Amino acid sequence: MTYIGIIITYVFVSNLVLSQFLGLCPFIGVSKNTESAMGMGFAVTFVMSLATLITWALQHFILVPLNIVFLQTVTFILVIASLVQLVEMVVRKYSPPLYQALGIYLPLITTNCGVLGIALISVNKSYGPMESFLAGLSAGIGFLIALLFMSGIRERLDTEKVPKHLKGAPIAFISGGLMALAFMAFDRALLTNLIGG
Amino acid sequence: MKNLFKGLLRENPIFVLALGLCPALAVSTTVNNALGMSAATIVVLIGSNLVISLLRKQIPDDIHIPAYIVIIAAFVTLVDMAMQAYFPALSKSLGIFIPLIVVNCIILGRAEAFARKNTVGASVIDAIAMGVGFTVGLTAIALVREVFGAGTITIFPDGGVIRIPGLVDKPALVFAFPAGALIVMGFLQAFFRWLGEVTNK
Repeated sequence: MTYIGIIITYVFVSNLVLSQFLGLCPFIGVSKNTESAMGMGFAVTFVMSLATLITWALQHFILVPLNIVFLQTVTFILVIASLVQLVEMVVRKYSPPLYQALGIYLPLITTNCGVLGIALISVNKSYGPMESFLAGLSAGIGFLIALLFMSGIRERLDTEKVPKHLKGAPIAFISGGLMALAFMAFDRALLTNLIGG
Repeated sequence: MKNLFKGLLRENPIFVLALGLCPALAVSTTVNNALGMSAATIVVLIGSNLVISLLRKQIPDDIHIPAYIVIIAAFVTLVDMAMQAYFPALSKSLGIFIPLIVVNCIILGRAEAFARKNTVGASVIDAIAMGVGFTVGLTAIALVREVFGAGTITIFPDGGVIRIPGLVDKPALVFAFPAGALIVMGFLQAFFRWLGEVTNK
């Protein structure tokens, strides 16, 4: 697939949250206001782009040559966990304002299944290094977009009258569902029309 | 005994604690997938709770999260390999959601909230209770989605398919899509909240 194709695929067509069910916990948990949604979205995008690149290298230079692909799950999750830790330390040391903004979201990213998810998807589709990196980056941007839209909806919902039992998460899920319905317009056919397959 | 039933309603992992949402929505297109996913999750949950509560005095506090993740990942790898060997069709339809059990927050959540502070016996019971609650939640979502989205109830892929007259020819396809899953999830969550309130009175 072309680079443009990969970007459109992971930002819109196979949007991580709205069509692949990855990263739903932060999608519901961190979407109460726009500011934290932005912070979380950028932190995830950053980690995803790095993680897909590093897991690609691991898969091709260590796991496959040594014939230990069955250790994939263990190594990938360890890499992601240490990457998150590393990013947290670097950001804290060199950019305190950025740390102020992203700090509390960084530890949460390890258990965001989107990160491990996109790493596994890239490996399963046997993408090259550049393609893997782009897939991670655009999946992160797709996540950021979904999270931002959601936080906008939820800020408005706060002032609306919602039935007692639907308050909070349930109404968020239903709004998310309606958003996913809108995203169904971005399908394979659109992709084919835009870039010719 | 009370602990065993807490996962069903009062602390249902999916609807009340809102844990493990990604697999709950992703694999709930058929009842068969939901049951397979639940079985895999229960095995990992029991295994990790057991080992973590056994080692709770040995694992240093500073690195307990990475240590837990490695233990969980080891069990997930075992389950993944066993499924590929014995249930290839199921393993194929669950796809990357089997390795993704590693980051299912139910498992790390229970390790953190329960197994690291409790005895082995209590931790295993907690794992079973949470596993049963997860199964109930997942199956409920899958049942609604499959009945309306495909007009069938698949218990076993070959032979165990119940067809619902009237729906099987003209199903409401949207239930099979992510959009339908999210909407069903919202309404079921509200329903379980209401149910929890009614039964508490």
